[in-house]
Amino acid sequence: MNHITYLKSYVIVSQREAHKFVLYKGIGEMKELHPVVKVKGFATKQSVRLSEKTMEKTVKAGNFLTDLADVFLFLKLIVKETFSRDFEFREFLRQCFQIGYKTLPLISITGAIMGLVLTIQSRPVLVNFGAVTMLPGMVAISIIREMGPVITALICAGKIGSGMGAELGSMKVTEQIDAMEVSSTNPMRFLVVTRVLAATLMIPILILYADALGIFGSWAGANIKGDVSFFLFFSQAFGHVKFMDFLPAVIKSFFFGAVIGIVGCYKGYNAGRGTESVGVAANSAVVLASLLVIIVDMIAVQITDMLIK
Amino acid sequence: MNTVQPQTVKDTSLEAKGGKPVIEIEHLKKSFDKQDVLRDVSLMLFNGENLAVVGKSGTGKSVLIQCIVGLLKADGGSIKVFDKNVSSLTSHELNELRQKIGFLFQSGALYDSMTVKQNLEFPLRRIKKDLTENEIEKKVAEVLENVGLTDALHKMPSQLSGGMRKRISLARSIIVDPMIILYDEPTTGLDPVTSDEISSLINDVQKKYKTSSIIITHDIKCALKTADRIIMLENGEVYLEGKVADFEKSTDPFIKSFFQ
Repeated sequence: MNHITYLKSYVIVSQREAHKFVLYKGIGEMKELHPVVKVKGFATKQSVRLSEKTMEKTVKAGNFLTDLADVFLFLKLIVKETFSRDFEFREFLRQCFQIGYKTLPLISITGAIMGLVLTIQSRPVLVNFGAVTMLPGMVAISIIREMGPVITALICAGKIGSGMGAELGSMKVTEQIDAMEVSSTNPMRFLVVTRVLAATLMIPILILYADALGIFGSWAGANIKGDVSFFLFFSQAFGHVKFMDFLPAVIKSFFFGAVIGIVGCYKGYNAGRGTESVGVAANSAVVLASLLVIIVDMIAVQITDMLIK
Repeated sequence: MNTVQPQTVKDTSLEAKGGKPVIEIEHLKKSFDKQDVLRDVSLMLFNGENLAVVGKSGTGKSVLIQCIVGLLKADGGSIKVFDKNVSSLTSHELNELRQKIGFLFQSGALYDSMTVKQNLEFPLRRIKKDLTENEIEKKVAEVLENVGLTDALHKMPSQLSGGMRKRISLARSIIVDPMIILYDEPTTGLDPVTSDEISSLINDVQKKYKTSSIIITHDIKCALKTADRIIMLENGEVYLEGKVADFEKSTDPFIKSFFQ
């Protein structure tokens, strides 16, 4: 049994040599040949499985690297077309309207509820510590620094990112992008650059708007169980907010906008030819944009922390 | 399958009449991944003629015209449009060349977010930048009248039927006065009556605008009605090239099965 166990590791290296080895060891003992057949079969299966898995991983790694290269090429094209002549200004304004104005109702409700809920949840704890006067400042700082930008960006990733993915994906499937190209119009410049720039510009504005409504919602929340005047609440809130609470949040919101625009356009523009790919593009745009918003936020927080120190 | 050698295009009556080739394709090859779609296609389109390219689905008909207009890059061979080699053009030169070519897509490819009027204005504003608003409006009205859809001006593409979409798409192709029109399956998905109307419209456009056209189709009725010459593709190669009568008279079982 010992030499068979030893053989298992040997046959993986070379089945032919292992076979000879067994025959040599087992001369005159016919029974010894049965385990050899089993070991050979086992080794073959293992080798095949190992090579199949290796091939699978190699293909996956290849696809990943190809996708990565595609993303960088896409980014390079966006940058190139952004600074080229014949900027599509009218389409850019139309996209600003689509992204900014048409997202306002959603952002208004989300922003107000965000402030309201934060206040209602925080108030009992602060009352216990006798620090209820800190409530407006605490809520304002947390909304301006973190909650406003991140929650608004996630909502925008859902609405704007999926919208871009689905719109460009369906344009690809129905040959509208090709039609644009044969009409001597650069689709990257007309469709992608305008959307990415509009998202980069409008999402920070939406975030500021959501911040304002969040603080307003917080005032409403504070008045459910207390009685604080509008003026007093706002003077307490902004008494604690400094310029450095505000600036990093605004800067990172531009990155959120760019990420949402780029991911939405990339997924839509590179959608497959079938109708199913439109859904896939929209879905993956939301997932990837949301994930990247969280990652960008983490990086921004680390950088801000380092700079303030 | 008996492969019939293509007839030499130099013998065609169109060239004898003095027609010049506007498109010359030699030994065109195109493959996707490991699948060869176009193996060796050579053809010429003469000035003022309607050339129908017929064949089974998947024989590379649509790929052929996408290569002509530069939407796909050929793997081998050469495509000359107005004596310019498409594969060696810069993007600016290619855009200039595309201004002389109209393309009718299989699905119509109307921009969903724009009205019919905006769809028609879109190529016009980009290609003929010196036109005034009045001239643009006149041009839009003219092409809509030519395709018989003057009432559809303010409709969205989603409000149009399949036949209407094709007509508007054709109007968008001819609005910039192209010299060549490439039709990709113009009658696919339409009822026989509408298909016949579209075929008539292709002939009307050719007469009125003096265009040269390649009509990709597997609708034999459309090919017979519109074409001066027909090329049949099979397995990415030219199976037979000739006039309509040559195809009708052919005793080749494959061609007979296709034309019956």
